[in-house]
Amino acid sequence: MYEFIINFLEGPVPVEAYLIVSAIMFFAGVYGFISRKNLMMILISVELMLNAADLNFAVFNRYLYPGQLEGMFFTLFSIAVAACETAVAIAIIINIYRNMQDVDVEQLDELKG
Amino acid sequence: MAEQLIFYMLAAVIAFFSIMAVTTKRIIRSATFLLLVLLAVAGLYLLLGYQYLMTVQIAVYAGGIMALFIFAILLTHKPGESAPSKSIGKRILIAAFSVAGLAFCTHIIVCNASKAYNYFSASTPDIKQIGLTMMGTGKYQYLLAFEAISILILACIIGGIMIARRR
Repeated sequence: MYEFIINFLEGPVPVEAYLIVSAIMFFAGVYGFISRKNLMMILISVELMLNAADLNFAVFNRYLYPGQLEGMFFTLFSIAVAACETAVAIAIIINIYRNMQDVDVEQLDELKG
Repeated sequence: MAEQLIFYMLAAVIAFFSIMAVTTKRIIRSATFLLLVLLAVAGLYLLLGYQYLMTVQIAVYAGGIMALFIFAILLTHKPGESAPSKSIGKRILIAAFSVAGLAFCTHIIVCNASKAYNYFSASTPDIKQIGLTMMGTGKYQYLLAFEAISILILACIIGGIMIARRR
């Protein structure tokens, strides 16, 4: 048993392990995005999915082309775009709350201002 | 060996708290679990050798975006209010869909990943190389993308003020 654990933990982390972690994160985000009714919860789920994608870029850069920086820079710009997207989304949510007193997506079914 | 142990700890934290973040009732707890997931992802970046990415992840995500989230939650929810999910039947259907997608992706990953990678070196890009890559105009350098991001952020600031302004 001890030998097995030692052999299992030998060497670098396999790339599959990273990818499976990010897949778990992504599908947790998908579940939250569809199953929650609150706008803030939907935004939190979107953040989870974006983070999973960012992690994949960094992992592929490290394991496939360790001498280059493309994946790392894509992650960097992706984090910046995610920050912009979150700021605008939160501004919209606060505006919706001010007009309708609610952030439940099933109540927000009218387009009248 | 230590690397693998740290990786599996971080992986357990990410898997557990990302599922908790989307299933818990209270929305502020959900934001806290999201913060833990973001910090664990920063740990994974450090484990991969990208220190700069880890700092950006902590400063932008765990610092900026989480502060925005907390303020927005406090502005749009009454204290102690829980955020309801959809009905239990729909939730089971969605969970089955998500698990099916996860199983499909895991199958593809496990079948194909061993073909993909053959080389791993722990050399980390130094900060001078990162700066030259970000500010250069040559091949594989990103000054144009950097400026485009700066214009996007400016547009975002103006848009945020315009949308959230009290009329």
